[in-house]
Amino acid sequence: MLRYVLRRVTFAVALVWLVSSAALVLARLAPGDFATESLGLDARPEMVAAARARAGLDRPLPAHYLAWLGGALRLDFGRSLAYDRPVRDLIPERAANTAVLAVTAIALATIVGVPLGIVTGTTRRRALSAVLQTVSVVLLSAPPLLTSLVLVFVAARSGWVPVGGMQSAELGGLTDRLRHMVVPVLALALPIGAMLERLQSQAMHEVMGQPFLLAARARGVPRHRLIWRDGFKAALGPFVSMYGVLVGTALSGSFAVEIVTSWPGLGRLMFEALRARDVYLVAGCAATGAVFLAATTLLADLVLAWTDPRTSNDAGRQ
Amino acid sequence: MMRVVSSRPIVARVVLGALLLVAAGGSWLAPYRVGDRFPDLLNAPPTRVHVRDADGAWHAPFIHPWRRLSQLEQVYEEDRSTRVPLVWFAHGHLVASAAEATAPLLLLGTDALGRDVFTRLLFGARTSLALALVAAIGALVIGGLIGGAAGFVGGFWDELLMRTSDAALILPTTYVVLALRAVLPLVLSARTVFVLLAGIFALVGAPVIARAVRGVLKRERQLAYAEAAVALGATPARVVVKHLLPAARGVVGVELMTLVPGFVMAEATLSYIGFGFPDDVASWGTMLHDASNVRAFSDFPWLLSPAAAMFLVVLGLNLLHRERVPLSS
Repeated sequence: MLRYVLRRVTFAVALVWLVSSAALVLARLAPGDFATESLGLDARPEMVAAARARAGLDRPLPAHYLAWLGGALRLDFGRSLAYDRPVRDLIPERAANTAVLAVTAIALATIVGVPLGIVTGTTRRRALSAVLQTVSVVLLSAPPLLTSLVLVFVAARSGWVPVGGMQSAELGGLTDRLRHMVVPVLALALPIGAMLERLQSQAMHEVMGQPFLLAARARGVPRHRLIWRDGFKAALGPFVSMYGVLVGTALSGSFAVEIVTSWPGLGRLMFEALRARDVYLVAGCAATGAVFLAATTLLADLVLAWTDPRTSNDAGRQ
Repeated sequence: MMRVVSSRPIVARVVLGALLLVAAGGSWLAPYRVGDRFPDLLNAPPTRVHVRDADGAWHAPFIHPWRRLSQLEQVYEEDRSTRVPLVWFAHGHLVASAAEATAPLLLLGTDALGRDVFTRLLFGARTSLALALVAAIGALVIGGLIGGAAGFVGGFWDELLMRTSDAALILPTTYVVLALRAVLPLVLSARTVFVLLAGIFALVGAPVIARAVRGVLKRERQLAYAEAAVALGATPARVVVKHLLPAARGVVGVELMTLVPGFVMAEATLSYIGFGFPDDVASWGTMLHDASNVRAFSDFPWLLSPAAAMFLVVLGLNLLHRERVPLSS
């Protein structure tokens, strides 16, 4: 078990290191750099060279990378070129915005999707299950880019909830912030909820045919307890392992949502940084995203190992 | 209710088949050429096709021209006084208006530059679907080679290739695609963008295919027919290509049904943020890019029609996917 945990932790650390390094190197290799992008085409060569030297972009790539890595190990990710502020100060706020969006959406999707999946996976009422399944398949076919476009359209047309940004210009209170969250959260939660419903439905369907549940039924355990306690517990395994993947899906989806609904999150920041060739900010954003991803995958792996001992056993994995 | 369930695959095939036909026959089905503009009809709503006039008399399908009420607000009204018949199978198009100059046939309205949205939707289908299909073939080739090598050689190489694929699969695809695209020059010709995006999508999709192929090979190579082929003296390459890869066809097909919609959406996302095709190229993504402000959305909803088209593609492939893998998502 300890060896398994160590291996997973190593993997998580390696993931963060690789992703942030790759981001820095890729951003350096891109044609044009911050100096040319910000000064424009008719800047004098010596001005460009001076800007480059100020930004630390005149060093050869290996030296540049090592210097950056040394700083990153001390949690100093350099200074954003476009914002002229330390990357470390810029990211937390944006990362928190993305986290709020992703966590609320995943929570909402779980609260609605999982119970519905249990119902569709076990119900004997064909009509109910067919209706829920149809809704689910339709929502699954609408990725966050489409759901956010449609929801923005509905919100703009009806005026029920505000669209764009996190709050109104004249600083509103908590209600204002919550109302601004409705469109982005729903846009992200609908496809994820549908996915969870399908997964839970499948897992329940498989579990309900297992001999141990048949035996429990023969002993006279009431059906609702069979489904909501025993069956649910047994169906949890595949589900927990999905949660690690889910965070990746939510991060991917939140990019489209942040762009369409002008949500000031990590995705938008990374996009702006990529466009400005702001190498340190790109690497910082990538590192933050990778930390999110690595942490949740690690958590999911550990929970899985704890609920199902076979996972941490090498023989069981083959 | 059973009927709904069992008719699904047919629905999916009809939808997907129709989309492919539309993409292929775009230039004949579309009333206009892709670059045509109607400078007096910016953001005009869809033309309504009538069969009865104001007096209740029946006619062959006809349209009324749009009359602009306000240039600033771009509000239009039907001019009921003129009746313009539709002409069929003329000038190399399926259907067109008899008076192109004064009363064009705008089935899905026009965009902010006065271009026919319906025409661009058809040509956009060509760009978006062709890109997704080329990328899928690329992913198939790269993934097939990697998965085939890993599954057949086994040992160290298998471990290395599969661990790399696993790590690549964890990453959120949108960001990987975005980062790879951003490495390249931001302004490129349409043709270059097509090739580059197809390459990037193929690379991102390859690990999915590699995993599937490798899984099948691992299982199949132990079966009697594969061992028999080896015993008969077939070279390893022949065993893989001739005997084992055909066994992976079904699994790979299922994976492609999830990759292709992903590619269509990836093109849309990239073009929407301005990292994809140049604006004058008709693709579903560039069309959404033109609609990317709230005012355009709420006042001119026909600009969202590419979103509906993309939804149909994803839905069709999802339904086909469910048919192959009945209980999974």
